[in-house]
Amino acid sequence: MAEATHKRSPLADLAAGLAGASVPGRVSLAEEPFLAQIDLRGDAADGGFREAAGGVIGAALPLAPNTVAQGGRLRALWLGPDEWLIVGPEGSEGGIEAGLKAALAGRHVSIVDVSASRTAIAVAGAGAREVLAKGMGLDLHSRAFGPGRSAQAQLARAQVILEQVSGEPRFRLFVRASFAPYLARWLIDATAEYRIAGP
Amino acid sequence: MLLIPCPWCGPRDESEFRYGGEAHIGAPANPGSLSDADWADYLFMRNNPKGWFRERWMHAQGCRRWFNAVRHTVSNEIAAVYRMGEPPPPAPGPGREGET
Repeated sequence: MAEATHKRSPLADLAAGLAGASVPGRVSLAEEPFLAQIDLRGDAADGGFREAAGGVIGAALPLAPNTVAQGGRLRALWLGPDEWLIVGPEGSEGGIEAGLKAALAGRHVSIVDVSASRTAIAVAGAGAREVLAKGMGLDLHSRAFGPGRSAQAQLARAQVILEQVSGEPRFRLFVRASFAPYLARWLIDATAEYRIAGP
Repeated sequence: MLLIPCPWCGPRDESEFRYGGEAHIGAPANPGSLSDADWADYLFMRNNPKGWFRERWMHAQGCRRWFNAVRHTVSNEIAAVYRMGEPPPPAPGPGREGET
């Protein structure tokens, strides 16, 4: 399997750095490489489109801006009034793409595998909100941004798709492969204060 | 830094947006019959008021949607934002600087 041997995530070199920067109980950083990501576009006003797409995802497409729907193993992130990012586990991109293409055949839609475009970084722990807030203008307070919320915004001047996966809190940052090493190093620096040993 | 309320995503930093100039410039209905002067007027000439200005913005780093905003060119106050295709809101009153 030549393909498998050459598969290398954008943050493979920084895996040890991210793990070393994590502080148990405060904040943890880790790459979530090779997530399946499918960009889906279609007419949200078309009930037939919503139903067919929702059937593949296992949940209704989120229509409220910057929200996420979870259906089984797949998550659907609102990217725009006619655009969603369908995220699944590694290796599922072919199946999702084929499933959507079959369910939406004959409709005016766009289904594109963008898995290689971005990698994901998990930022979790009690200090996660604080760390992200250091580089973001977005209101990340738990009453404004909770599980099931997402946003496309700038983190430390890099464009990211941010979603809160669970109330731990656990966040997932989707960042372009070329920006990922920069952002990972920025996160390692932003968590430095938690690594100072207490008295 | 301006805080611009995207009609889809809510208030976001100005650095996430791209400016698109004056809004509501309609394409010529009959391009074939336009004189050079009319073309130049359509392509290049824009209002530059000291006061309220209806202009286009795009949330480039967010939802990537174009929308319109009513901004005061002196105070940078944003009185309203509205989505493409929606009718512009009525002209706001005087801005904070007392301009109209």
